[in-house]
Formats: sequence, C-alpha cells, structure tokens
Amino acid sequence: MAGTVITITSGKGGVGKTTATANIGTALADLGHKVICLDADIGLRNLDVIMGLENRIVYDLVDVVEGRCRLRQAMIRDKRLPELFLIPAAQTRDKSAVSPSDMVKLCDELREEADFVIIDSPAGIERGFRNAIAGADDILIITNPEVAAARDADRIIGLIEAEEKGPARLILNRINPIMVERGDMMAAEDILELLAIKLIGLVPEDESVLVSSNRGVPVVLENKNKAGIAFRNIARRLTGEDVPFMEIDTESGLLDRISRFIRPGGA
Amino acid sequence: MRPKVQIKGIREGLLVTLGDGDWSDIQQSLFEKIEDQGDFLRGAKMILNVDNHILKATTMGELRDQLSERGISLWAVLSNSPTTEQTAQTLGLATRIHQTHPSEESSQIDTSLDGEEAIVIHRTLRSGTSIEYPGHVVVIGDVNPGAEIIADGDIVVWGRLRGLVHAGADGNVGAFVCALDLAPTQLRIADKIAIPPEDRGDPGPEIAIIRGDRVVAETWEAQ
Repeated sequence: MAGTVITITSGKGGVGKTTATANIGTALADLGHKVICLDADIGLRNLDVIMGLENRIVYDLVDVVEGRCRLRQAMIRDKRLPELFLIPAAQTRDKSAVSPSDMVKLCDELREEADFVIIDSPAGIERGFRNAIAGADDILIITNPEVAAARDADRIIGLIEAEEKGPARLILNRINPIMVERGDMMAAEDILELLAIKLIGLVPEDESVLVSSNRGVPVVLENKNKAGIAFRNIARRLTGEDVPFMEIDTESGLLDRISRFIRPGGA
Repeated sequence: MRPKVQIKGIREGLLVTLGDGDWSDIQQSLFEKIEDQGDFLRGAKMILNVDNHILKATTMGELRDQLSERGISLWAVLSNSPTTEQTAQTLGLATRIHQTHPSEESSQIDTSLDGEEAIVIHRTLRSGTSIEYPGHVVVIGDVNPGAEIIADGDIVVWGRLRGLVHAGADGNVGAFVCALDLAPTQLRIADKIAIPPEDRGDPGPEIAIIRGDRVVAETWEAQ
C-alpha cells in the first residue's frame, strides 16, 4: 500500500482542526478505506478525546519515534470502525520531542500501513506545525469566516508555499447560516479572494458537533446532520469524487449563490 | 581541501560566513565545526552569511531544521542574491542585521539604469512576508493584509494592495505607490503616514503621492 498523508492545519487555534481530523478520518474509514489519524499536537492532545479513545492509550507518537514500541503497537483501533486507527500524541512531553525528519520517516512507514493518514496539526507556526507538515503529501487549511482566522490562514499558506508543499486546499468551517443571511459574516467569496487557494469544503456551524465531540462520537457517524454531511463530502472529494458543494442556507441564502460559482477542489 | 566556514560572535548572535564551493561540502563542514564546539553553541542565534550561494526554500528549510536539532536557531540569512533573500523572507528569517550587513555596493550585480534599481516580485505576498529594498519594488500579484513592503523608491502593485507599504523610506517625498486596487492597511511615503478611508467605492487603479503636506490617492488616468 502507498497511502496519502494529509495534514490539517490552520495557524489559529480553535477553528476546528481536531474536529475536522476526527470527522474526515472517520468518514474515509466509513467509505471503506484504511485510515490512521495521527495527533501531532504533542503536549496538548485532544484527538483521542474527540474520537472517544482516550482510555485505550498505551503507547503514543513519541514512544514510536524514540523506539520504545513498534508502530502497530501505538495504533489504537476505533471502537466502531475496524479500518480506523489513532496514533495519539504524548501528553507529558512537548513539541521538541519530535523533529521534522522524524516525522518524514514516520510518514514513510505510515504510508505502507494505510490508504489515508490524517495528521492533526497543533496551532501556531513553530516546531509543532513544521513537524505536522514535514511528511505531508497534501495539506488542508481550515479556517472560520472571521478576519483573524483568515489572516492566520494566509500566513500559513505562505509558509507552506515556502516549504514547497501544497498547493493546500481550504475548508471553511463554522459558517452560520443565520448570520450569513443577515450579512453579518465574512463572505466566503472574500475569504477565497484573499487566500486564492482551492476550496474543498464548506461546513455549517452546528451545535451537534460540540455535543458529539463531548461524547467522543464524531458527528459524521450520526446521520442527517448538516455538518456531518459536509465532512462526508470532504472525504469523498479527497478520494477524487466530484461532489457539488451543498447549500448551507435553508432557502435562498448567500451560500446557495456562492456555491454555484465556486468549483470543487478536485483531487 | 575543506570549504571554509568562519564562525564569529557578534552582538546579534553567531555570524557564520560560508566560503565558495559545493553546497553539500559546505554544509558538512559547517556541521563538523558546530560539533567541534560540543554544547557550547547550544541555544545560540545564528546569522548565516551565504554570500553568493543561491538557496532554494527546501534547502534552507532543511538547514534550519538540522540546526534546530543541534539547538541552534537560525534567525537571519545574509546573501548577495535577491532570490536567496526572498527565500529567507518567505521562511520568516531576517535578511539584514544592523550595521554589519556585508552587502557592499560594489558586489551587487549592476542592473541599474541611471542609478535606479528595482526588484520585481512575481507572486502574492501573504501575511508575515516582509520585503525591504533600497530601490523600487514591483509586485505582480496581491499584497495581503499582514504583509509589508518598505522601499527607498516607488512601489507598484499589479494586483490588490491590502498590506502595509512604505515608499521613499529614506525620505524621498517624490516617491509614489500605485496599485490596481489601492486598499492598504496603512500607506507611508517618506515621513507621511496615511490610512485609506473605509468607504472607497469601486476599486480601480490609483496612485498615491504627496501633494502639499498630505498623501493623496488619485484615480489612474492614462495620459
């Protein structure tokens, strides 16, 4: 197997990197692919909590890198999907425990193990971020429709270009349909005009995301909820399928109009 | 013979000057030199003078990572090549240290017409990028918010200008800034600072110059 390593990153914290990693990973596994989710946020791990696997951790990323266990020993199988695995981050160490060259080596091994490896990047632009993108084949930038998040996404895109990675694709997360309708939210067009990269997903704000994160069940596993469908669509686009962007608004909103002239990102 | 690597402590950190030769040899002798010093250089801030070497972003990024694995943080790259300077800037490294910048006017490639120099940047400047140049700066692309250009000469942006620009930074009040869409965060010419009005109407090509005592933006009209 020679899988694809995809890193999800944002610059700014709290825009939904971990939620997106858990949901896209779960959706890909649900489509029948073998997926490994890797938490690169050493010292502030969260992905295990969102995936509901916290109590199964024995070995972590740093144990693998420092040779205290074999790769497969650190891969925690998901409770629901047999083809989904998690490699958690260490909680008691920090970003300097792993170097970018360690990550490149690790990603080479992981590619042999799975169809997709999804890496959850820490916030920031320092060592942790560089670790997270070092071995990536593909990078997804996630941002929210707000000025500060878009600014940080722009900075991150610049750094990714400088590392000669990419081109990165964009997930616009937590779009609030009511605020969009009122014209109170930064428009998707403005963000895309600023960042000038391809869009791969529009995800509406949905409180069930928070509820399911707290329960440790990724929202894609619950049917009929808009954020879940949006994450499923991103997963399908990653496999090369051409999925049209969904209408986020209930009736005649802005995004309905926007989604008609934004082309899907493709694979 | 091993390529020459010279390490010197200055006020701003460790100044490392690299000689001519094959890049991989130079890199190797740099690391050997660092290892000779044991833990002495741990935690040091390094200024790398690469002189005439032209470095691509991947090479520079790898070097930075390898140095950081040895506990040394690379914070500046000095170079005679504008390409290398740009690479360093996109990686967020400084390209100038105070006073000790080695670029003598004589060692620059002479591309000037009537004593004027310009660089052309063929890409969008994203947040965090900083371009400083002692001549004119031309950008073919956008200048996003959070990016900055500081030029002793004029600044021309063939795209949307949303970041910070300073033309005539050495005091030239005759310098100008023009862009296809002139909407900078802040615009400076010589010692004048201007903030564009919130409501600008339809974007179109404009030129900002000093008239009297103020910076004004005028619609660009073909003469």
